[in-house]
Amino acid sequence: MMIVVSILHVLAALTLAPLLLGLINRTKAIMAGRQGPPLVQLYFDLYKLLRKGAVYSRTTSWLFRAGPVVSLAAVAAALLIVPLGGVSGLLAFPGDLILFAYLLGLMRFVTVLAALDTGSAFEGMGASREVTFSALAEPALLISLACLARQTASLSLSGIYAGLDLGLIAAPGGVAALLAGAAIFIVLLTENARIPIDDPNTHLELTMIHEAMVLDHGGPDLAFIEYGAALKLWVLSALLVGVLAPIRGPVAVSAIVSLVAMGLLAIVIGVVESVMARLRLIRVPQLLSAAMVLAVLALAVAAFAGSPGR
Amino acid sequence: MSMFVIVIALLVSSGLAGLLAGRIPRLATALGAGGAAVACAIGLIPAGAVLAGAEAPAPMRLAWDVPMGSFALGLDALSAWFVTITLLVCGLGAIYGAKYMRDHSGQNTGGQAASGTRPSPTKANMGAHWFFYNLLAAGMVVVLLARNGVLFLVAWEIMSLASYFLVVTDDQDKAVRRAGWIYLVATHIGTAFLLAMFVLLGHGRGSLDFDAIIPPVGSAATAIFLLAVVGFGTKAGFMPLHVWLPEAHPAAPSHVSAVMSGVMIKTGIYGLIRVVMFLGPVQPWWGWTLVGIGAASGVLGVLFALAQNNLKRLLAYSSVENVGIITMGLGIGLLGISHGNAAIAALGLAGALLHVLNHGLFKSVLFLGAGAVAHATGTLQIDRLGGLIKRMPWTAGCFLVGSAAICGLPLLNGFVSEWLIYLAAYRGINSLGENGLVSGGLVIGALALIGGLAAACFAKAFGVVFLGEPRTDEAAAGHEVSRLMRWPMVVLAAGCVAVGLLGPLVLRAVEPAVAAIMQAGGLGPVQSAGDVGPVWMITLAAGILLALIVGLAVARRRLLAGRSMRSAGTWDCGYVAPTARMQYTGSSFAQPITALGQAALRTESHVGRPAGLFPAAGEFHSHTPDLFLGRAYGPAFRFVAGLLGRLRWLQQGRLQLYVLYIALALLILLAWKLSCS
Repeated sequence: MMIVVSILHVLAALTLAPLLLGLINRTKAIMAGRQGPPLVQLYFDLYKLLRKGAVYSRTTSWLFRAGPVVSLAAVAAALLIVPLGGVSGLLAFPGDLILFAYLLGLMRFVTVLAALDTGSAFEGMGASREVTFSALAEPALLISLACLARQTASLSLSGIYAGLDLGLIAAPGGVAALLAGAAIFIVLLTENARIPIDDPNTHLELTMIHEAMVLDHGGPDLAFIEYGAALKLWVLSALLVGVLAPIRGPVAVSAIVSLVAMGLLAIVIGVVESVMARLRLIRVPQLLSAAMVLAVLALAVAAFAGSPGR
Repeated sequence: MSMFVIVIALLVSSGLAGLLAGRIPRLATALGAGGAAVACAIGLIPAGAVLAGAEAPAPMRLAWDVPMGSFALGLDALSAWFVTITLLVCGLGAIYGAKYMRDHSGQNTGGQAASGTRPSPTKANMGAHWFFYNLLAAGMVVVLLARNGVLFLVAWEIMSLASYFLVVTDDQDKAVRRAGWIYLVATHIGTAFLLAMFVLLGHGRGSLDFDAIIPPVGSAATAIFLLAVVGFGTKAGFMPLHVWLPEAHPAAPSHVSAVMSGVMIKTGIYGLIRVVMFLGPVQPWWGWTLVGIGAASGVLGVLFALAQNNLKRLLAYSSVENVGIITMGLGIGLLGISHGNAAIAALGLAGALLHVLNHGLFKSVLFLGAGAVAHATGTLQIDRLGGLIKRMPWTAGCFLVGSAAICGLPLLNGFVSEWLIYLAAYRGINSLGENGLVSGGLVIGALALIGGLAAACFAKAFGVVFLGEPRTDEAAAGHEVSRLMRWPMVVLAAGCVAVGLLGPLVLRAVEPAVAAIMQAGGLGPVQSAGDVGPVWMITLAAGILLALIVGLAVARRRLLAGRSMRSAGTWDCGYVAPTARMQYTGSSFAQPITALGQAALRTESHVGRPAGLFPAAGEFHSHTPDLFLGRAYGPAFRFVAGLLGRLRWLQQGRLQLYVLYIALALLILLAWKLSCS
């Protein structure tokens, strides 16, 4: 039974992930008093891109062509690990949380190398900023997960998220989970190139990070990258929603609550983007340090609240 | 064991033969490198057999009449593990070096990169080179097999001196001589601590045989542990004892750098483990001390690596980082032993030992790749290279595998060992009390930060050197290296992939060594097999990832089949005349991170600003000297030199005076002896 639900989650993610970005963009449009693109705009974009040919820079090598393939494969593999609320991932074993973080790392590494392969100063700049910010985001993510792992006395993402329920949040020290959630939220904004870290709309400005790295990709390659970005938003949102909407009961209830919460999270991200300006680049490390401090605090609270597993 | 006597004899004799044939470089190379390769291949048979589960051969003892000493050799699981790695890298290094040294005329190595100038080409003495190379290999093997303290120290010294002579191969270069000098001083300071340590270990007994050592208690154990950390830490490269690594590794020929960085520094790790095994019950503070040292070495090492402009210097600092990772694994493992938690102990120790192998594989391939780049272009300055992936596809592919592996990315070997250490830390947080909480949190935070920074560092190293457009004519003239240099790299890179995919099999080979350490630490006989079980899941995940990559690649090919595929210039926002110099450089790529780390890095920049109405060319240099070398050791050594300068009046340069000193010393000794009896 459980495995069927897990497969359903993977299928839902594969089909619904682009919708999250649609929700964010629609929220931003409404907040700004515009009509905005349709919710399913990214599906149209992907369809269009998949039917195109490609233009490659003469500077690039095979690595540039391999980049989008490997990065999409890495995030798809991460999708197999991630649980949605109480629905466990397809692949669950002690220590899978490390694999999850490093698969996202692999995705980033190949994207950065593909950017450097073009020899463009813009893409080099984007790549340089990407590695800087992600190096600071990584400890925040892994320490937050350590806090959740201690609270639930489990070492696999699925086990951790199955153990995170309302009772645990209400118990003494349960606030640690919320602190960890706050840290994961900052990591989510960073990893998905959202405001206030990066502005996904500035295609040709020196302020951009992620968009700058993929300037030279086109056609199916760009479709792979856009789709990969949507999946990455999905997997990190699933991690966050599992902490913030800790409703566990029957699998169907948990799954539906989590899916609704995912949609709400996308709207929250859209609101954040509408009411905030992007931070100056030199301020971003401070925000990420704050995420790290939150994570360490969460671990400390979880530790002082008592023995692992309540 | 007799196989190893043959290996050692073959190494020494082929080295000597090479030395005698020094007049004829080709013959010397054939004898020296050939002998080394054959000897390493022979040695791999018994060492590999022990790892595969065969009965360990009985220890042997040769006649050697030295006070406290004996020529005792033994091969247990721990020795077999380190010896296998050593022989593998030394053998491949010899094959690579045969070609590398043949073309070596001074300008191809780090020598010019260290000083920035091109020294006059002189043929290095091939005979001497292979003599010391083979001696280094033999020294390392004896260090790892020695079962007696005196023999260990003698072999340790042979290993250190042989590697010193290899470092100063390009001794016409001032920077190389300085690097050699720093190495020589550092290694002997380390040996002094080891000497004191062995004196304490053998205190009150007539022999320094390892099996005769009785676990010391109380303050003696504390002192021995601390002496071992400093003494072996100097060789392994613990921060802040690492200062010789970034000097010596770039100065040495590349296959020597690979051997030194890939395996020689690991003799320090081996020694530390061996001594901890002598000490009996493990104290918790040993564990968290090592975790702290490892975290500091790891984070600072990779930060300094990121700030370097010379490819081999970058790799040398990254060795400090990886030794830090190994030490963290060791520390968390010892913590597990001291708390009686077999699962954590097994994970931490297995992770540390596996990372020893992994670092031996990927750091060697990276150093050999750097050597190939230097060989083809004549420079190691990262910002002068670029675009080599098209000119040197094999080297680029191997370097890419090494880079991804050293960042601990999935599919490759680095991930497996880091994953084990992470898992030990996560378990430590859950079940080892305060010690585990602080140490585990530190390990997770440090490993995550190291992972991110290493990705930045190797994206820079690979991306700037191999991708984009060549930044100089030297880089544009790059060409692929010959087969003899290519194959050792390919074998090592394939090793990185194989260990990544077949982690569980490799772990089975390391388990006996882990069990021996745990048993010596007071945990009793344990079975560690069940606890590293989920490693199979890593293999499964790697398989899934591989399948996804292949599937998507096929899908992409199908999609693009028959469609228009055009080539054009890189899009740069409509700029009319882009040049290769407009690319992001390694320094600019690393700048945001090095700016954050200025508190430790203290990068020095020299700016020549353009001035006036018709400015001439401006200039900008930046370099990051070693914090500890410049600000701690330099002043300290100058102070000591000043103090010793006051004794200069003793040295008058007259023979009569020295004879007088000798006579006086003898008289005093005689008087002392008489008064004693």
